[in-house]
Amino acid sequence: MDGYFHSVRIAPERCTGSMACLKVCPTEAIRVRRGKAAILEDRCIDCGECARVCPRNAIVPQTSSFTDFARFQYTIALISPVLYGQLRKEVMPRTIVAALRKIGFDEACDVACASEAVSTAVDEYLASYRGPLPLLSPFCPTIVRLIQARYPDLIDLLIPIDSPMEIAARDIRQKKMKELGLRREEIGVIYLTPCPAKMVAIKYPPRKKKSHIDGAIAISDIYHPLLAATSDMSGDACKDGQSVTGSGLGWPVLGGQVLSLRAERSLAVGGLDDVERILEEIENGKLGDIQYVECHACPQGCCGGSLTVDNPYVTRGKMLSLLARFGGTPCQDRETVRELYHRNYFSLPGKISSRPLAPLDQDIAKAIEKRKRVQEICRVLPQINCGACGAPTCLSFAEDVVLDQAPLQDCVVLMARQAPSEAGSGKDHAA
Amino acid sequence: MSNEPVFCQRFEISGKDFINAGKASTTIKAILREIGIQPAVIRRAAIACYEAEMNVVLYARKAIIELRVTPQEIRIRVEDEGDGIPDVGLAMQPGYSTASDEIREMGFGAGMGLPNIKNNADTLQIHSVVGRGTTLEMAIGL
Ligand SMILES: Nc1ncnc2c1ncn2[C@@H]1O[C@H](COP(=O)(O)OP(=O)(O)OP(=O)(O)O)[C@@H](O)[C@H]1O
Ligand code: SF4
Ligand SMILES: [Mg+2]
Repeated sequence: MDGYFHSVRIAPERCTGSMACLKVCPTEAIRVRRGKAAILEDRCIDCGECARVCPRNAIVPQTSSFTDFARFQYTIALISPVLYGQLRKEVMPRTIVAALRKIGFDEACDVACASEAVSTAVDEYLASYRGPLPLLSPFCPTIVRLIQARYPDLIDLLIPIDSPMEIAARDIRQKKMKELGLRREEIGVIYLTPCPAKMVAIKYPPRKKKSHIDGAIAISDIYHPLLAATSDMSGDACKDGQSVTGSGLGWPVLGGQVLSLRAERSLAVGGLDDVERILEEIENGKLGDIQYVECHACPQGCCGGSLTVDNPYVTRGKMLSLLARFGGTPCQDRETVRELYHRNYFSLPGKISSRPLAPLDQDIAKAIEKRKRVQEICRVLPQINCGACGAPTCLSFAEDVVLDQAPLQDCVVLMARQAPSEAGSGKDHAA
Repeated sequence: MSNEPVFCQRFEISGKDFINAGKASTTIKAILREIGIQPAVIRRAAIACYEAEMNVVLYARKAIIELRVTPQEIRIRVEDEGDGIPDVGLAMQPGYSTASDEIREMGFGAGMGLPNIKNNADTLQIHSVVGRGTTLEMAIGL
């Protein structure tokens, strides 16, 4: 509506109107009209579920490509730790860092260490917080969008702490500007992302004007170059590289944030359905005894993001084994991080705006009238949610009719029932 | 005044139906969002409606929840068939509960439901007949 950037785009020439996307969209943001899917922009929360199920790959994630970064003198790959769990053979994180340099980045920088620091910041925040509970993790951009659209009254529960990718990007850029004497705009920091939602968070960070990151490349796009680059580098080939350690290695796994926190009463929830269930409970005034809820749109956490390549369970297993081996060695001194926290190094002062779904009408009396018409139309609809009309449910179709987005005749079941019965008269079903 | 629009919808709910418990409240919330009610008001309606719905699931046989929305107010009426409440004044006291151990293990029975409804609704009337059932009517002004 407002020209908002979205994580996915439908390529109409590839779309065959198969309706797989229609049914999985959690916010009912897709309609199939004249045989092609279209996204209702103001409803989309960038979860990427549609792209996962599309049999024709007609839903294209809006990430960057390598050529977008030619304008930079110096490029830095920012590594989501998910990447460490993507290669089937045993390759140590620091070898992956080295391989990325081989691919053509000038530098590669790990985010797991920033995740560890952010965990400490969250601990500090929880320790001094006295407001309503539970607080919610703000690190999955899809969940933030879901809350903005559907649970605007819960916005203030999102912890105002910046995400690990932003913290890591700011740190490495500053370091390199000093080291190399380059200006801000000469350095490109590029996130290797497990999902398209992070790209939206980079283009439109919810609490601040501008991200510290310049673009994002899908893990699925870097995967094959990386495989090639590591083909002659197995195991711990890069002994001189900086090792990647600390509890941040567990962050991509569902429950990894909770594990790295000291808070005793917390829980982790993955998958939009289950997250919605938890948010409903919170809206109903429940779960006030929990301090922190880690929420991921993806059921397995980021290791199952829609732009990852390997099986999410295999990735999860690898991440857990990395965590067991290297998670116990902190990568930063906790006291230093605490001091930084108290100097507001991690905090995000801005407010997250709500983006509630548009009501049926801005005028409440008219909205009530329209909702009554929706109800009346629903009574005549077959209530089988077949999707043939191009809307995901009979209820959403009724809303479309009331809002003049679709004619009632689009319900083929209703039309068939209302049609004079000469169609059936020729055949004798009784036999 | 007479042609002021009224939206009205009824929901049937059953006692002991823990699988569907809370679904009526969720649907009511969605309707209020579509009508464009302020989030803070929806939140209050949600809490009050959910507590009333759970009380039916825990303590009554079945009920009809009726939602009415006008440009002036949201009105929710929960009429159940069940054992009724012998002493409504007592039941309204924070912390009072007759919940069994089993119910407490499920996380209910803090005796905060009715007080929460009272705090979140602008008006609340309870009418109960022992052996017949309870009717709860709450309104939230817009
Ligand atoms: N619809 C009802 N039918 C019969 N008894 C009820 C009904 N609603 C409430 N009560 C009685 O009133 C008591 C207090 O209800 P209230 O909702 O305040 O607390 P609770 O349900 O026991 O605990 P909580 O709501 O905190 O989980 C209940 O324990 C029950 O004895
Ligand atoms: S859980 Fe992680 S991978 Fe999935 S949408 Fe959220 S941030 Fe992206
Ligand atoms: Mg109760």
